[in-house]
Amino acid sequence: MTTPLIDQEEAVAATTAVVAEEGARDHSLQVWVLRILSALVVPAVLVLFFFAFGFLKQPDLNKFVQVGVAVVVGVLGVWALYWGMDRLVSAMPARAGAGVRPFVFAGPAMVLLGFYLVYPAINTFVLSFADDAGESFVGLANYQRIFTESTYLISIRNSLAWVILVPLAAVAIGLGFATLADKLPRRPEAAAKSLIFLPLAISFVGASVVWAFIYRWRGEGFGEQIGIMNAIVVAFGGDPVNWLTIPLWNNLFLMVILIWLQTGFAMVILSSAIKSVPEELLEASRIDGANEWQVFRGIVIPSISSTIVVVWTTILITTWKVFDIVYVMTGGREGTSVVAQQMVTEFFTFNNDGMGASLAVILFIAVVPILVINVRRFREQEATR
Amino acid sequence: MTAVAESQAPAQASPGSGSQVKRPSRFPIYLAVGFVALLWTIPSLGLLINSFREPSSIRGSGWWTVFGEVFNSATWTIQNYTEVLEGGFANAFANSLAVTIPAVVIPITVAAFAAYAFAWMDFPGRNLIFVIVVGLLVVPLQMALIPILRIYSNFDLVGTFPAIWLAHAGFGLPLAIYLLRNYMGSLPSSLIESAKIDGADHFTIFTRLVVPLSVPVLASFAIFQFLWVWNDFLVALVFLGYDPANRVLTVELSDLAGRGEGSLNLLPAAAFVTMILPLIVFFSLQRFFVRGLTAGSVKG
Repeated sequence: MTTPLIDQEEAVAATTAVVAEEGARDHSLQVWVLRILSALVVPAVLVLFFFAFGFLKQPDLNKFVQVGVAVVVGVLGVWALYWGMDRLVSAMPARAGAGVRPFVFAGPAMVLLGFYLVYPAINTFVLSFADDAGESFVGLANYQRIFTESTYLISIRNSLAWVILVPLAAVAIGLGFATLADKLPRRPEAAAKSLIFLPLAISFVGASVVWAFIYRWRGEGFGEQIGIMNAIVVAFGGDPVNWLTIPLWNNLFLMVILIWLQTGFAMVILSSAIKSVPEELLEASRIDGANEWQVFRGIVIPSISSTIVVVWTTILITTWKVFDIVYVMTGGREGTSVVAQQMVTEFFTFNNDGMGASLAVILFIAVVPILVINVRRFREQEATR
Repeated sequence: MTAVAESQAPAQASPGSGSQVKRPSRFPIYLAVGFVALLWTIPSLGLLINSFREPSSIRGSGWWTVFGEVFNSATWTIQNYTEVLEGGFANAFANSLAVTIPAVVIPITVAAFAAYAFAWMDFPGRNLIFVIVVGLLVVPLQMALIPILRIYSNFDLVGTFPAIWLAHAGFGLPLAIYLLRNYMGSLPSSLIESAKIDGADHFTIFTRLVVPLSVPVLASFAIFQFLWVWNDFLVALVFLGYDPANRVLTVELSDLAGRGEGSLNLLPAAAFVTMILPLIVFFSLQRFFVRGLTAGSVKG
């Protein structure tokens, strides 16, 4: 990289830059046609390959042959395609080529995003005004039902309780744990943190099975309690409780599962934030006579407040979309349904596409403020880059 | 660094300095941290112990009763595991692998090319499109399910692996592009410029320079996407369905959980079969794992 630059090379580079800039501003029809075509080639070949070849659809074909083909095509084939497209563009006149090339690179991703996220999102909006078959227009009828019928009102109430309580508990426990563990020697700290963090590797379905055993209930006379919570209750002379059927409380017991899963996430991120608080600041405050609690309140919390906000919103979004836990544990019965699970139940179990779409839109609208904040924060970061 | 400084501080304390701060005893901290760690471990520990017990004892008594008979060989068995694997979980494990590997590999390539374009190329609409990508990060997956399922049904693609590969690829792209672009964009521009002056075109710069430099972030995304797809229940349920031949581990496990008391002895072993691979990844690649999760925590 330290080669002395010769004027000529600089001149060449400058010309290339000018060509690239002119190419990017080229809005002629033929360049736009080429841009769109070049964006479509890779996805089109992928789709043709995966779907037009009947053998990949054969259920009895060895799965690992399928996977092997998919990996070879998905990596080597796709790279070869990008390379081929790049060569084609290089054969074009320099200016047109400079205008088209970015679309060879970014286009395929845009097409996939458009097909799998943007188009469906718009279509879901439209469907939310349709009847259950998704065919005729019913105006706001679905929304009206959501905000008047008790089935849906209960889901909304529960979802709100989830997004208030789960992030609060996960962040509070995670922060407390990270703060205390930070005061231990390195090895015990790492070991303790791993144990808290480990549930994050477990699927929501797996976690539900884990906790189904904890909450397990047997009526009196039907044998020993094998759920640890009821075993404790019985050991203290109480009657066994069917935890998942107690109104309102059962929601709390389901939330505990997600708290168990998410605390590790909060803890890890907050722990690294705590470690980045300058030691001198903490020492100075201790020398001024502050006790550990005052140091925590006065120095640590303000220094990591932006991290707390990020962790909080992240867990909040995860919680808002929680589906698996409720679906597996109670199926939304006993007054435990939440919006995300109700949405799947409506469209997948009952085939009510219109109602499912309306519930999806409600899920979406609730995250719009966070979306706006994210975009705004991103713009600010870009401005200071 | 801070740990070293802390542990040296008391040794350096001289009697007359007076400015040394008295540190509280660590014992209560050990107690509190140990208690929470134990509380967090008991659920999975209980399940692990149960998974190796005789079916009749799983049904008959709590897992904590084994502590009286730990060294009795009649306590332990792997019968539940063999039964679970023969009862569909071996097939489901293969299905999970078959879904996950391509669903991780495909988006990485596509996203890497796009991220390079967003970071180092100039084109109309670049900023606007990237802002849309940032917005798509938090859009709930539920917004995409119904229309895609309708399209897949029309073309008879429900229950095929390519259909779920591409769906997972599409859902994973916003995060992949976002992460990779931020990383690639932070590479020094002098590096890219000098490569250009040396006559390298974009394709060469991308493959020879930018991709090799981006390996850490590619690994983070790969791990995140692996965990996400492996542990996913919703997408697999909707696009692969309940057909026993196609079930992935999470779907198979939820089916088993729904069978009631009869399958009670199989559930702990089944749950561990679904967890084993992510746990191996967790223990062997903990650092990447943390980074992948941290980076991917915003995904819809």
